[in-house]
Amino acid sequence: MAASLARLPTAAPSPRRSRRAGDRLWSVGLVAAGGAILLVAGLVILVLGRAAAPAFHALGVGRFLAGQDWDPVSGAFGALPFIYGTLVTSAVAILVALPVAVGLSLFLAEMGPPRLRPPVAFAIETLASIPSVIYGLWGLFVLVPWVRTTVEPLLGRLLGWLPLFTGPRIGLGYLSAGLILAVMILPTIAAVTQEVLRSIPPALKEGALALGATRWEMIRIAVLPTARAGILGATLLGLGRALGETMAVTMVIGNAPEIHASLFAAGYSLPAVIANEFAEATSPLHLSALAALALVLLGVTLVLNSAARVLVLLTSRRLGEAS
Amino acid sequence: MSAAPQASPTATKISVERLDAWYGATHAVRGVSLEIPDRAVTALIGPSGCGKSTFLRCLNRMHELLPSARAEGRVLLDGEDLLSGEVDPVDLRRRVGMVFQRPNPFPTLSIRDNVIAGFKLNGMRGGRAETVERCLRQAALWDEVKDRLGASPLSLSGGQQQRLCIARALAVEPEVLLMDEPASALDPIATARLEELIHELKERYTIVLVTHNLQQAARTSDQTAFFYMGELAEAGRTEQIFTNPRERRTEDYVTGKFG
Repeated sequence: MAASLARLPTAAPSPRRSRRAGDRLWSVGLVAAGGAILLVAGLVILVLGRAAAPAFHALGVGRFLAGQDWDPVSGAFGALPFIYGTLVTSAVAILVALPVAVGLSLFLAEMGPPRLRPPVAFAIETLASIPSVIYGLWGLFVLVPWVRTTVEPLLGRLLGWLPLFTGPRIGLGYLSAGLILAVMILPTIAAVTQEVLRSIPPALKEGALALGATRWEMIRIAVLPTARAGILGATLLGLGRALGETMAVTMVIGNAPEIHASLFAAGYSLPAVIANEFAEATSPLHLSALAALALVLLGVTLVLNSAARVLVLLTSRRLGEAS
Repeated sequence: MSAAPQASPTATKISVERLDAWYGATHAVRGVSLEIPDRAVTALIGPSGCGKSTFLRCLNRMHELLPSARAEGRVLLDGEDLLSGEVDPVDLRRRVGMVFQRPNPFPTLSIRDNVIAGFKLNGMRGGRAETVERCLRQAALWDEVKDRLGASPLSLSGGQQQRLCIARALAVEPEVLLMDEPASALDPIATARLEELIHELKERYTIVLVTHNLQQAARTSDQTAFFYMGELAEAGRTEQIFTNPRERRTEDYVTGKFG
């Protein structure tokens, strides 16, 4: 028994036995494939760090991160307008997409007729597969005019007392960028949320129903609390995507390196400025400052993605104990 | 010993008349008629796939959770037909509670909130702290958890979790308690405690217990119903079923010739 187990590729390697050549080749290949990922990720950070170092030296890390002016011609490089634009548009995207995605997932997983699931799932997948430049074009031709003529006047009338919804209504700006990001991250959040909902033990839902819970009460006491951490993980995955989106955002955000409290105003985002200015950057400091922006973006995304991973892991472990 | 099948003089709580149930094309319960006496334990026994769990689920319409399932016949709870369109399953399940094979406390709620989850849902009157204590005492769990009511139910052992689920079901003040192999995930000591508890609970509640464990049925129940291939092969006083069955199939099953 022990001898036959040792020959299985999954068993712990025993140094005394000579493994077959195929096994060894296979394991070398797997280690190489796994290591390549780490190597590439490490190289990206290394290369970005080296490219960004001159900018950090010349400007100072604090002044670079907190600087509000970005004028390559006069040598002013402040990252804050881009960090701000990235975070604000992503926040708008999450606020809009999360309720829709959770509602959609609950409908598909708990309420809706099973017949409806495949077409809706297909529609969601389609949303995920549309190239972002198409979203940008759609945003420019459809979303931005609609935001200018309908959404912004409405918000200004209802919530105009908030600084968020003041100022000239031009359509191009944080709000349009946030809305287009919302559509783009909806499939990510909805897909992961559905997985989380599906992983909830049916016994838990039956337990609620057996107490005389209605379907909605069952969702409230058994489904949503159990799925909470997983939905948070899904949200962070969507956020990661929103933070890095380049093309669609730059087409509708207005590309102005400024900071405004109003969502109606034009702004700029980290990936957008990198993509727009990289080809035309002539001074070494400008290039280095763009690399520094990339490093900032990478840092934010990495932190959020790791958090998402930990959260999803925690939920599944908790459910494993409960079932 | 007389030959009367219903020796117990108590009133009938649930009267099942020619019940048929299907899961898709599977005819799981075939023409079963059974009287379930009030404030007594009725054990449902039989080999796997004999329809006893399906039968149990028809008693509070939990079978409807599978879209392909349907049931025909009459299930009268105090004379009212549960399967008729007029009975709301949500109201029904407040009267007919259920305990499942594996303990299924709500993992994100505290022990206290688990007990009163159904109580809150139903907007019931009365002090919550008193209800928690009363139900936990009835479920023989109070002394073990009274100092940590705010803790997670996952910190309890399997047997304790199962008693917590019973307390949770009792908080809704049901009339009938359905138990679907409640001890199947428990160790022998926890099982013994659960059987003691069942014995105490039948003073107040009508209990229907599905079990794979013949000794458990013999120890805890007043009436036993033997299901075979979806049919009710034989039902009667537990003592009679185990010592003097009328049917050959029953005798073979309770003596361990198959199952």
